[in-house]
Amino acid sequence: MEADWIRGLLGGVMIGGAAALFLLVNGRIMGASGLIGGLVDRSGWGNWGERAAFVAALIAVPGLMVALFAQDAATNITGNIWAIVLAGLLVGVGTRLANGCTSGHGVCGISRLSLRGIVATVFYLLAGGIALVVFRHILEVV
Amino acid sequence: MRLLFSALSGGLFGAGLLVSGMTDTLKVQGWLDVFGAWDPTLAFVLGGAIAPMMLAWNFSTRRAQPVLGGAFPSPPAALLDRNLVLGSVLFGAGWGIAGLCPGPALASLSWGGTGGMVFLLAMLAGMVATPSLRLSMDRLAGATP
Repeated sequence: MEADWIRGLLGGVMIGGAAALFLLVNGRIMGASGLIGGLVDRSGWGNWGERAAFVAALIAVPGLMVALFAQDAATNITGNIWAIVLAGLLVGVGTRLANGCTSGHGVCGISRLSLRGIVATVFYLLAGGIALVVFRHILEVV
Repeated sequence: MRLLFSALSGGLFGAGLLVSGMTDTLKVQGWLDVFGAWDPTLAFVLGGAIAPMMLAWNFSTRRAQPVLGGAFPSPPAALLDRNLVLGSVLFGAGWGIAGLCPGPALASLSWGGTGGMVFLLAMLAGMVATPSLRLSMDRLAGATP
């Protein structure tokens, strides 16, 4: 348990460091849903190169780390395929509607004390807790 | 140069997601599941991520422009609207059900197996559908006085 919070803190600082780098060097907000969403709905094709480079490294670097050092890594995602499809659709629509996800609203928004970022984070945390009560403790599907 | 630093940022982000445990859905759900065996790790992740970003925002106010030129993002509108709240609720529900959000869904692509792939495809489909969904919602809202 102790190693867990140290890893959490270390990983968190790396995430914040990545966002700080993206802001101070490229002048961009590091929001995963915005970066990828702008590629798939064509709204962000004006700077597709930067987006594609970010996404490619986001997929490749942790993939390499797992291949080289952590063969036991697992996402432990539920085996219920319908729950996965529903969750994916909700995350896709929700993050585009709200214009941000955990990285954009949670990390970049809260750190600049943005009211939108704080409100979004409160609502997605609450909704996540309620969804788990329903899907895990009542329906028992995940 | 912009591409290089985009890749550096994306790579560091992905490494941080793996190290912190954000790519482990049980860890994420452990944090959201306040009625189960609650796991506080994510508080350290969020706190650890916000701290360097606070310094970065502070530093950005003392510079005219980013290192590679252009402009810093302007302060966000303080506007709270239907889309922000509704979108956050939908996103949070999906995050709770599967334990993945967009960053970790991409970061874990190479080892996430079929489940991770299905989640990512459904997420991308939802993203593609959102602009037209938003249009019809606006039209509906406009139709009711």
